[in-house]
Formats: sequence, structure tokens, C-alpha cells
Amino acid sequence: MNSGSLKWLGGRSGLMGFIWLGLLILVLLPLTLDIFRLNLVGKYLTYGFVAIGLTLCWGYGGILSLGQGVFFGLGGYCMAMFLKLEASDPISTKIQSTPGIPDFMDWNQITHLPLMWEPFRHMWFAVAAVLVVPALLAFVIGLAMFKRRVGDVYFAIVTQAIAAILSILIIGQQGLTGGVNGITDLRTMLGWDIRSTSAHYILYFVNAGLLFLCIAFGKFLLSSKLGKLLVAMRDKEERVRFSGYDVAALKIFVFCVAAVFSAIGGAMFTLQVGFMSPSFVGIVPSIEMVIFCAVGGRMSLFGAVYGALLVNYGESYFSESFPQVWLFLMGALFIGVVMFFPNGLAGLYESHGKKLLARLPVAGFLRRRALVATSASDPKA
Amino acid sequence: MAQKDFVLSVEDLTVSFDGFKAVDGLNLYVDRNEVRVVIGPNGAGKTTVLDLISGKTRATGGSIKFKGLELTKMSEHMIVRAGIGRKFQTPSIYENLTTYENLEVSFPRGRSVFGAIAFRRTADVDERVRQIAEEVFLTEMLDQTAELLSHGQKQWLEIGMLLMQDPELMLLDEPVAGMSVSEREKTAELLARVAKNRSVVVIEHDMEFVKNIAHRVTVLHQGKVLAEGSMEAVQSNPKVIEVYLGH
Repeated sequence: MNSGSLKWLGGRSGLMGFIWLGLLILVLLPLTLDIFRLNLVGKYLTYGFVAIGLTLCWGYGGILSLGQGVFFGLGGYCMAMFLKLEASDPISTKIQSTPGIPDFMDWNQITHLPLMWEPFRHMWFAVAAVLVVPALLAFVIGLAMFKRRVGDVYFAIVTQAIAAILSILIIGQQGLTGGVNGITDLRTMLGWDIRSTSAHYILYFVNAGLLFLCIAFGKFLLSSKLGKLLVAMRDKEERVRFSGYDVAALKIFVFCVAAVFSAIGGAMFTLQVGFMSPSFVGIVPSIEMVIFCAVGGRMSLFGAVYGALLVNYGESYFSESFPQVWLFLMGALFIGVVMFFPNGLAGLYESHGKKLLARLPVAGFLRRRALVATSASDPKA
Repeated sequence: MAQKDFVLSVEDLTVSFDGFKAVDGLNLYVDRNEVRVVIGPNGAGKTTVLDLISGKTRATGGSIKFKGLELTKMSEHMIVRAGIGRKFQTPSIYENLTTYENLEVSFPRGRSVFGAIAFRRTADVDERVRQIAEEVFLTEMLDQTAELLSHGQKQWLEIGMLLMQDPELMLLDEPVAGMSVSEREKTAELLARVAKNRSVVVIEHDMEFVKNIAHRVTVLHQGKVLAEGSMEAVQSNPKVIEVYLGH
């Protein structure tokens, strides 16, 4: 490994972050959890994509989006449309009045596959759409808002409104989208049964791999001048503008990156959970996603992932045991974190955890390894 | 004199906010390598003039030409790229970045999104950062987070950030506000040095400082030019004494 690639990953502490997270989600959890629980963790990790996008755009860029569910949903729906068409071949749908179209369309007396569904017969199109559709929407929203200098709380409100609009639209267009139930009963991808245990394992690791790629890309962006400009923009937007930068273009870019990350998460969610519905698009899920990021630490890409894992684990644990109080607990958690630990878990780790961890023998070993890795490549270290 | 001889020619510039004319038919010509100080009572429209030149505020009428280039319709960042640097009244720096990084992000390369991603700290960037830091007395502070700088040092840092861009025209809004006497003297020296190959427009209240640096002085009053000329001529102008200096 040369020093350049280490810098891209955020230096030595970035490398340690990768090692810790890798140990947890690639080794520890797969070894200790059964496939049902591991699949749940895989689902939580798909929210991790959204959370790391929010770290870039909100934590660093100061752009609070309360509508990331929109992009998560769009990614998920693009994937679900492809899978649904594959599950709706004429033979398996022969009892319908119009065989060969998705079941919910048949229930809505639709007799032809709508035009917008046609291209989703092709996997390459669906995968491209997962990335392009959210990026395009984020670009248009960003262009409309940031060029007019709509910022701060107004931007947050607009994104929240968009989340509400999209979820209402999806629910209203039942024949086209499956309505409130969403797109369900997804079975295979190019003939590969995504519901089998082996598929769940494979998808879990693919998901984790993509998450690491996104974190690495985020680290790369933050290590470039763009990362400094994001912080600069949050501090003094005018100064950045009067240093010859097009602030709107920078904001649009980081908002698009966050949107694409969310969409990858959404697509992986569809694959692992086997359905997509408007309940992942609207205001409430969008705000929950901000909470994952805030709890984990909005200035830390790794923290965001831990936040998504922890809050979701808490949610499934508490909502199984105390279903009525979970929402209150969630609210209290958010208020508590914002009031007492504005930098979230990652902030706590920076201020206290590092010292504690340094006393563990395994940490010393890993750090020495990291030191050897860096000093071997970087003569200055 | 032909227009092209001036770096900046402002003609018949007017801006009105809800009918109130903050700048009213203003004419202002700035020469190459000139240090022009704009003075005037509060509310005379001094800062508004800088806002108009730098594109922060849009003119209602009139024209602003920079080396023949019409600025009134250009966006702020394009005006900066054309060669005009602007310093704000309260020091405007990036508190969460180090002094070095503050200067580095002001280096005029990689200003597009992808340019910023591809930007590398090459030897010429490093050299320029260190050279400018030396010039604005901040060599010792390069690795400090900017929020730890004193008020005067923040003012210098912002001037340094402008110098990184090597602008042909610098607009400085109260560069010595809140500075100690010795800091003011150092700043006057600094401005004299940087003005050798560029034009500078300064807004300032401190008359001692103005005397030190000004080649010519423009007095604004109610959005109009009240007087213009050398410091001595302006100071002895009865109209100026009445509306401004006399108070």
C-alpha cells in the first residue's frame, strides 16, 4: 500500500476505522449471528449508506436534507421494478386476467405493462436507473434550491415536502407502483433465487462490500480540496463564493453524492428484504435516517454506519419488547444526542473511547500493524 | 481620459432599496497601482459600493467596468475569477480549518467541483502559501486552527487569502478595524507592499491610517461623491468638514 492510497482513506485513523468496521461486519457478526439476524443486520447496513451520505452533505457540507428517504426509495423501487417483472413471467402469473404483468397491476384492472415499466425488463437499465434517477432528481432539486440560495432550514423543509409528495404519489398511483403495499413478492434476479439462505449470505457480503466502497469514496472526497471546501462553506459560505468558487455547484455535487449513496442502500434493501414500499420514502423514515447519522456522529463516515446499526438494533429490540414506548425512546435518544453529544458516538469515541481502547492489548497489536503498514510506505511517518 | 486607462470605472451607478437610494449616480475611477480610500459618515453607502462592485448586490442602474469588462451582470465567483478580491468588514475566514488550509483553498486553481477533487498540494501551492503567510505575518501560525488566531491575525489572514488569488483589484472593507496601533502600522506597511502591482480600494474610518496609505481619497455622502482628491485637499474641503470630519 502506498502513502497516497492511505491518505485517500483518511490516513492511519481512517485505516483503523476500516479495520474495526471490517472486523465487526465481515467477521464477528457473520460468525455469531444466524442468517435471519444477519439478514436483519444487512438491512440496517442499507441505512448506513444513507447515513454516510448525510455525513458528507449535512455533517461536512451543512446541508440538512430531511428527504433522503426519497432517494433510498427511488433506488429501491428501480431495483424492485426489475425484480418484479422477472417474478411476473406469464407462467407464474397465469391465473391473472392479464398474465405477464405484475400482480398488483392486474388487481388494478391494468391490462398492459405501462410504458415506464418497459425498460426495467433489463437488468443493466435497472442498475443504471438506481444510480441515475436519484442523481438526476437531486441535481434538479439542488439546481432549483442552491442557485437561488435557498439554504438551512428552508432547504430542510423543502426536502421534507418532497418526501411527503413522493410517498403520497406512490400511494396514489396504485396501478403503477403497487400503492401502499409497495412492490412485494420478489423472487429471483436473473434466475438466481434471492430468498435462499446462500443468497442472503452473498447479498450480505455484497452489501457490506458496497458500503466499504462508498465509505472509501467518501473518505477520498473528504481528503481532497473538496472536503476542505465543504467545511469552509459551512463556516463562511460568502467567503467561499468570494474566493471564486461556485458555491451552488459544490452543494449540488455533494447533495447528488448523498442521493446516490442512499439509492444504492435502497437497491440493496430491496434485494435483501425482498420488497420495497412507500413506508421507506416518506417523512418519518427520512427523519429516522437523519437520527442514525446524528447518533453515530455526523462528522464521521464510520460513526454514521455504527449509528445506523445501533439505532436499528435498538428499534427492533425495543419495539419487540415495548412497542408502545419505542417512538418516545427514539425521540428522547435524538434529543439527548443533539443536546449532550452533538458529535454523536464518533465524537464520544474521539474524546473518551480512544483512550479506553488503547488499553486493550488487541488495539495495541492492530495499531502496531497499522504503524508498520504506514511507515513502510511513507518515509515521513 | 479614455476609459481603458482605468482598472475600474464606475459610472452613474445607482442602487435603490425600496425607493431609498443607497448609492445615487456614483462615478468612481481607479487607476492602475492606485490605493484609493473611501471615507464617509455611516450610511453613506461605502460598503454598498463594494457590494455592487463585487456582485453581492445588484445595481439598479449604471455600469461598473473592470478593465473594460462589464461586471453588473456577472455572478460573484466570475467577478472573483476576473481578478477582483473582496475582504469583508468582519474577518471572514474558515475557523475550522488551519491557517495553511485557509490559504490553500484560496489558491486559484481547481475551482470547479471536479477540479477541487483533483487538486493536489503541489510544490508551487506550498511555496505560495508559505510566501503569502510570510507576507501577512502568519508563518508561525500556519498549523494553527484559524479560530485560535487573534482578531488582527484573522484580518491579516483574510488579506492573505485575497493575495493568494493575486487579484488585480483588491476591495478591503475596514481592514484595520479592531487592530492595535502596532498592528495598524504593520497593516499599512503590508498594504503599501501589496499595492505595488495592483489597485486597492479601501474603506476606512481611521484617519491616521488613511493618511498613511491613501494615494487619493473619495468622500461619500448619501450615496454620492462629496469630494475627491489628495488627503490634504479633502481634509481642508469645507463641505467634507461639515458632514464628516467636523463631527
